[in-house]
Amino acid sequence: MAEIPEHILRRTAEARAKAEGRDVEEVLAELKGESPPEPRAEEPAAAETPPAPAETAGLPESILRRSAEARAKAEGRDVEEVLAEMKGEPAPAAAPPPAAPAPEPAPVAEAGAPVAAAAPAGEPSRDLQAESATYGVPVDLLRRAAVARARHDGIAAPAFTGEGAPAAAPAAATPGAAPAAAAPAAAPVIPEGVRTQRLLTVVKAGAIQQVKAEPHDKVNVWPHLLAIEFVALMACTALLVVFSAFVDAPLLEFANFNDQPNPSKAPWYFLGLQEMLSYFDPQVAGVTIPGLGLAGLAIIPYIDRNPSVRPSDRKLAIMIFSFFLFASAILTIYGSFFRGPGFNFTYPWIDGVFFDF
Amino acid sequence: MANGTGNGRPGLRDRLSDAADHVRQSQVWSSIFRPGSPFRAGYSDSPRNRSYVIMNNVLYHLHPVKVKRHGVRLSYTLCLGGLSFFLFILLTITGIFLMFYYRPTSPAAYIDIQALSTDVAFGQIVRNMHRWGAHAMVLTVFLHMARVFYHGAYKPPREFNWMVGVILLLLTLLLSFTGYLLPWDQLAIWAVTVGSNMAAYVPVFGDQVTFTLIGGVQITPDTLLRWYVLHVLFLPFIIVVFMAVHFWRVRKDGGISGPL
Repeated sequence: MAEIPEHILRRTAEARAKAEGRDVEEVLAELKGESPPEPRAEEPAAAETPPAPAETAGLPESILRRSAEARAKAEGRDVEEVLAEMKGEPAPAAAPPPAAPAPEPAPVAEAGAPVAAAAPAGEPSRDLQAESATYGVPVDLLRRAAVARARHDGIAAPAFTGEGAPAAAPAAATPGAAPAAAAPAAAPVIPEGVRTQRLLTVVKAGAIQQVKAEPHDKVNVWPHLLAIEFVALMACTALLVVFSAFVDAPLLEFANFNDQPNPSKAPWYFLGLQEMLSYFDPQVAGVTIPGLGLAGLAIIPYIDRNPSVRPSDRKLAIMIFSFFLFASAILTIYGSFFRGPGFNFTYPWIDGVFFDF
Repeated sequence: MANGTGNGRPGLRDRLSDAADHVRQSQVWSSIFRPGSPFRAGYSDSPRNRSYVIMNNVLYHLHPVKVKRHGVRLSYTLCLGGLSFFLFILLTITGIFLMFYYRPTSPAAYIDIQALSTDVAFGQIVRNMHRWGAHAMVLTVFLHMARVFYHGAYKPPREFNWMVGVILLLLTLLLSFTGYLLPWDQLAIWAVTVGSNMAAYVPVFGDQVTFTLIGGVQITPDTLLRWYVLHVLFLPFIIVVFMAVHFWRVRKDGGISGPL
């Protein structure tokens, strides 16, 4: 038994174990005791033919033909010849139920338990070949899948292995005496427990960029925003038209450079500055303050490095900005309404308003 | 046909709607209104068409297809930036109207303004709208700036757009100020005199700045022409450039700033 493949040994052991009611591993160990298992299924298909006819009875024609084709291919013979041979010898015993397609474990197991395990065994092995050819799946993978399924089903395992492995039948039938297991087509057989996958690379979890789009609560601009904008524009226009219909823009007398009105005031948005002119030197009030003010305004984002936008986090910034905002507002209002002739202080409700828009 | 008239002939309403359908399905109409336009025949309210309304329209293209929901809230922006822009458009329209009736020369300017109130149809109301709209725009731009500050919307990545905004504020003030002189009345020349006198205090270059600004050592009819050109051409051109950058950056910087 020097070169009996592992899977054949195992199958043999399983069949024998079932027949004798013993444990599979035990039998296997016993078998192995006399033979070191090295798996290579490159065996000639010599002893294959005899068991074949046994299975043919009652099998569907298509399966028979597939078997014949596979066997013919393996043995280099004519398909029809093999087919005729298979059909020509009716096998009496232990034909599996006809409907069983190849990789169905249960019926085979029931039928062939003691002796005839041989019969179904040979057939499906060829069937795997055919399947492999049909689906492009390697035979060993098919076999492994079948074995796994069989194992999952539990009871079906022993007889089923024959189905899974390409070089099956004779070994099961005559455990000790059939060294040449005769795989019709030599498929590489992976022993149990040997991993066929290789480690290509290890990708750490953090190595892949996790792009997670934050869910934004968004709405379509049309119609939601445009509707609001449209209403705002209409309201703005309406307000302006109505206001313009009732309040005329001022137009005083023709320009006269010899008659300066008292007081002369700048446009309202400059009145804060004009107001400051009465406190400071023009150099300061007219140039330095507005210049610094504008520059300071422009560089606010580069001074305020606080990243938070929450008002509670930016009390100082809000305080400073509000201070200047209110200061300029107060100065503007003061200069507009509380300054009379000679730019002196007046109460607008006593001396009237010296202010034109 | 059930048209309510009971005489079996198509009524006026049916004929009108037939005609409207005809127009809307014509080649001319569908060439003007691109796919997705609500004016196009067969418009249906679908997410796809809502996107097309924005993407296929030159005006709405200012906007993205979608905005954050909080950005739509009126209480967040108060629409101040949009109103500033809209007031600018209103001022452009009314300003063009006024340009038809205005000559920037010494006595003629004042006479023309007077004629606007008396001779020109809608002259007075258009002039009023132009003046009040200008003041309103200064106000809305200013308030817009305050709003942006209080929302911290100038923070990264929007620092540069804040600077552009400050320039826009300055340009708005200059536009308003240059327009102030154009009526050529007592209010105009003396307000401008007071304002431009401050420019004389600019250190070192004070006199040169004033001379350049008013086209002489004091306000003259030359100043009128100069400020007229500044008001109707130069400054609007500059401000449009900066507005384009401003609006573009709003979108590039991720749309309107987040909620507080």
